[in-house]
Amino acid sequence: MRVARLVFLPLLALLIVLMPLGATAAEVPDDPLDSSQWRYMARKYFRDASIVFDERVKVIAPDYAEDSLNTPVQVSAPDLEGVEQVLVFADMSPITKVLDYYPVKADPAIGFSFKVQQATPIRAAMRTADGTWHIGGTWVDAQGGGCTAPSVASADPIWETRLGETEARLWSRDSGGDRLKFRVVHPMDTGLAAGIPEFFITEVTITDDSGETLARLEPYEPVSENPVITLDLDARGPLTLAGRDNNGNRFEATVAEPAS
Amino acid sequence: MSVRMRARQVWRLLIGAAALGLFVPVSANAADGYYELVPEQVADDTYVFLGAQENFSFDNHGAISNTGFIVTDNGVVVIDTGPSRLYGEAMRAAIADVTDQPVVQVYITHAHPDHFLGNNAFEDVPIAALAETTSAIREIGPDLASNLYNLVGSAMRGTTAVVPDAAADTENRVTFGDHELELVAARGHTASDLMVFDHSTGVLFAGDIAFHDRAPTTPNADIAAWHETLAATQQRNFKTLVPGHGPVVDGGEALAQTGDYLTWLLQGFEQAAARGASAAEVMFLPLPERWAALAVEPGEYRRSVSHLYPSIERAALERDGTR
Repeated sequence: MRVARLVFLPLLALLIVLMPLGATAAEVPDDPLDSSQWRYMARKYFRDASIVFDERVKVIAPDYAEDSLNTPVQVSAPDLEGVEQVLVFADMSPITKVLDYYPVKADPAIGFSFKVQQATPIRAAMRTADGTWHIGGTWVDAQGGGCTAPSVASADPIWETRLGETEARLWSRDSGGDRLKFRVVHPMDTGLAAGIPEFFITEVTITDDSGETLARLEPYEPVSENPVITLDLDARGPLTLAGRDNNGNRFEATVAEPAS
Repeated sequence: MSVRMRARQVWRLLIGAAALGLFVPVSANAADGYYELVPEQVADDTYVFLGAQENFSFDNHGAISNTGFIVTDNGVVVIDTGPSRLYGEAMRAAIADVTDQPVVQVYITHAHPDHFLGNNAFEDVPIAALAETTSAIREIGPDLASNLYNLVGSAMRGTTAVVPDAAADTENRVTFGDHELELVAARGHTASDLMVFDHSTGVLFAGDIAFHDRAPTTPNADIAAWHETLAATQQRNFKTLVPGHGPVVDGGEALAQTGDYLTWLLQGFEQAAARGASAAEVMFLPLPERWAALAVEPGEYRRSVSHLYPSIERAALERDGTR
């Protein structure tokens, strides 16, 4: 035992000396949510970027997932200007990336539901023009099992005929733009349920009448089956919504301006 | 070496503590100390064990609903058995403190875990329920039990989902001693809700058709059917109502409160869906004072968003502008 200690102590000293050499360029701030996965998440998604926990980034979700297949989340940041990308991730999820959202002519705001496998932080990281990521989040507790459960569609032979079927509606916002809510029929299989390969929507693009992109969304496997997505656009309808999944299926819908 | 030394010190401490009498043996009557059930008499021969006005937790051991019993000259009738085997055993011990009459009949109001998982303690007695309740317990009872193990912990030990073995006779009045019971088949809180109306005392055991000062739960609710049941029940000539959750009350106040809450809940969801609110936004809407004051709010309201909002949101989306 004494011999082991003799070897161990110089090794430890060497490690302490060498440690600063291995540190990343950007400072990783302490996690207000105290998640054991935070440093890993920071390294994975924001390696050399500057990151800051920012109370202007609002993430609301129930503190307990009543339905682990459909846990609603609303992300917003009314007081944060110039957001170019919104990355939503869940530290403890077997697939941590939930979605990427590019609000080209839209608020950095998105409502959706996701599958919860176990208690996890759900976070939104918003990249502003200077390259800084502004991060907010909250914990969701759960019985879990959401990600490894098969989709309802996988047990239902009817779904195939309805794949990609889209319902959408616009509401006028006080700010002048429209709120868009849409629902796409899609199993959003994670690939984590035995014998069911991953099968999910990879891209949805919202364009206006002249073909200009208003917003672009890249969902990942954790987004709920038959996703219902709410976006706040800085433009009015009519608009077109076009998307595809990882198997190359495409879907498209045109949405009219609200009557009133 | 140091670990072994520490273990020896711990032993010495334990022996010292035992010598000082610091370890109090737990009374067998209290079912290992998890449940201290004190029957509250609400009418002649009629008693209720009031549950905590809370959600399931390790602290309340799942004892969140009301259970009850009626003492007759032909034995004791039990209404609901609580959340666990140990709870059921504690019920039987507390009943034995009140009467020497044996338990001769159990009625289960509906297939929710806080109401039937004490059946383990009554396997020697006929356990009756509505047919749909029985099939629901057969199908999802084991899942409900394992879920409650996660939420409540060791108080659940030895608990399994015992399926009712008798049908509640809703056609004829059932007589026990001088108590004439009407078994009322209803629905709304779940697909099948049994109410037990004792015509001899005027006490109505309403099960979870009625919540009182506690937010109603909606995981299997059909709100329209629930309203119909509430209206029909108000017409009944009962004196005292035992709600599934919350204090016992004379008259129809708990029924009215439950109905008002459900009306408000559904109207709020429909208005939110009509203006395009997302489910998470609806969850975090502020509650009016009357409903914020109910036990288990806003948690129960948020659960109801998960249960009820998706279909309402979808209906609003179908009144859409998709071309």
